[in-house]
Amino acid sequence: MELQVRAPPAGPLWCVAQRTKLARVPAHGRIAAAAFRQYSTYRMATAAGVFTNTVFGFIRASIMFAAIGTAGGELGGYTMLQAATYVWLGQALLAPIEAFGTREVSQRVHQGDIAVDLLRPTGFLGLHYAQKLGRSGFLMLGRGVPPLVVGALVTGLALPEDPLSYLLGALSLLLAITVAFLADMMVNLAAFWLVETRGLTVVYTATMNLLSGFLIPIVWFPDWLLAIARATPFPSMIQTPIDTLSGRVPPEEAAGLLAVQAGWVALLGLAAWAMLRAGTRSLEVQGG
Amino acid sequence: MAEQRDEDRPVSTARMVAMLYGSRIRSQATFRTSFLADLLGQVLIVGTEFLELWVILTQVETLGGMTLSQVAVVYGLGALAFGIGDMFFGEIDGLSAQIRSGRLETLLIRPVPLLLQISSLDLSLRRLGRIGVGLAMYATALGIAGFSPTPATLLLAGLAPLAGALLFGALFTLAGALQFWLVDGREFANAFTYGGNYVATTPGAVFALPMRAFFTFVIPATLIAYAPTLALLDLPGPALVPTWAGWLGLPAALLAWGIALMLWRAGVRRYTGAGG
Repeated sequence: MELQVRAPPAGPLWCVAQRTKLARVPAHGRIAAAAFRQYSTYRMATAAGVFTNTVFGFIRASIMFAAIGTAGGELGGYTMLQAATYVWLGQALLAPIEAFGTREVSQRVHQGDIAVDLLRPTGFLGLHYAQKLGRSGFLMLGRGVPPLVVGALVTGLALPEDPLSYLLGALSLLLAITVAFLADMMVNLAAFWLVETRGLTVVYTATMNLLSGFLIPIVWFPDWLLAIARATPFPSMIQTPIDTLSGRVPPEEAAGLLAVQAGWVALLGLAAWAMLRAGTRSLEVQGG
Repeated sequence: MAEQRDEDRPVSTARMVAMLYGSRIRSQATFRTSFLADLLGQVLIVGTEFLELWVILTQVETLGGMTLSQVAVVYGLGALAFGIGDMFFGEIDGLSAQIRSGRLETLLIRPVPLLLQISSLDLSLRRLGRIGVGLAMYATALGIAGFSPTPATLLLAGLAPLAGALLFGALFTLAGALQFWLVDGREFANAFTYGGNYVATTPGAVFALPMRAFFTFVIPATLIAYAPTLALLDLPGPALVPTWAGWLGLPAALLAWGIALMLWRAGVRRYTGAGG
């Protein structure tokens, strides 16, 4: 998945220009835009993804409705309408969060292409974050919103009463994408030390699906599992943006959750940076 | 199969199947650490999937009219059937990658049936993880849920995972065959293969009538584990899925394979290559 960014002219002058802060911002913007365009090219794949996402949404909603129906109309603070909102927002977030993990960076480490990335005049994490934002932007609009619309038409959605919820929700979404990006990056960067990272990716994805509150709301968990989930960054990826966007958590409480998300961004950002630094030092690429 | 020698005459299909699958198995058993990590990962996935149902059943007594042990029978049987089907046929829905890279031509000119080559291409033993957990869960849960063995129910208990695996195999083949027409549409088929697995491992009564009808008559996912569980434990079924439907898995699988193979042949005939 090579980006279609125009090759820069070689030469020392160009390098100097790229290193100034002014030149860096448009570069990241262009990278994000290119990633957005790249993903928007595959229309058939997008339509297929929307279809599958919608079918899974109906399956998940059926299970939750059955549980809530048996419980007498409300379960762990979720009514039918809130459960529907929870499911459809979850399905909408699945694609932009890339909940099934990515393998591109780990493959580039194994193939040695990482050396090219490290030689680029933009920082490694910044470059990939810009790509991720562009990609997530398209995945949100192209794959996330259509199932949400279907859900709104078929089962209905519980919308927040306070307009502030939308603003905080958007911010929470951005933070969630960032937390997911950093955690996924750390799994990928483990490739510096591990020969095969597929096992790790599988373990990470399975844990994430459960503890993030994607499969079922974490407040339904028994206390011990809830305590484990709250100690991880996973709820910051899905449960928090859903709760904030749907207004299930009022804005004054949501602010605290957003602070937790920001804390994870800082912590994981630092950890990913440290891994990259340590990995780069021990990196050996053969051939030339 | 140690005494494989080059022979001038072509080998029988049965021997070819054994050779192809055998070589994949040996090649994977070589990398033990990676294999173990994969296996554990699969076990973990199955565990977290079931945890979803378990957490719900800590909150309510029954889901779709079934208690925890009954739901565990459905889940275990579904996971076992999907595990076997996925191990032998799960690679077929990766056809679009072969088409795009031009590797399909290489496979087409070999004197081995295409479907056999593709399905054995990347046989993943890690799927044994799902099969193992599914089998353990199926057997244990049956014991707890009060299974009373008679010759008929014992036969069904053994037949159901195999019929389910065949049905999933047919779904994977259908998914693969569709990609001759929709190269970019691999995910479209996921709704029926992985979505079918999701439905199969869930008590079918939770689905509203139109969905239950779709996943019984069009994509017969409720016939894989839910209906056999009803028959094995002698439970009454909801509308559209009566208890005796537990025996319909095998006929449905054969019918689905008939359609899948027809579509597959049509796809292969239609295929003109990408000009590589």
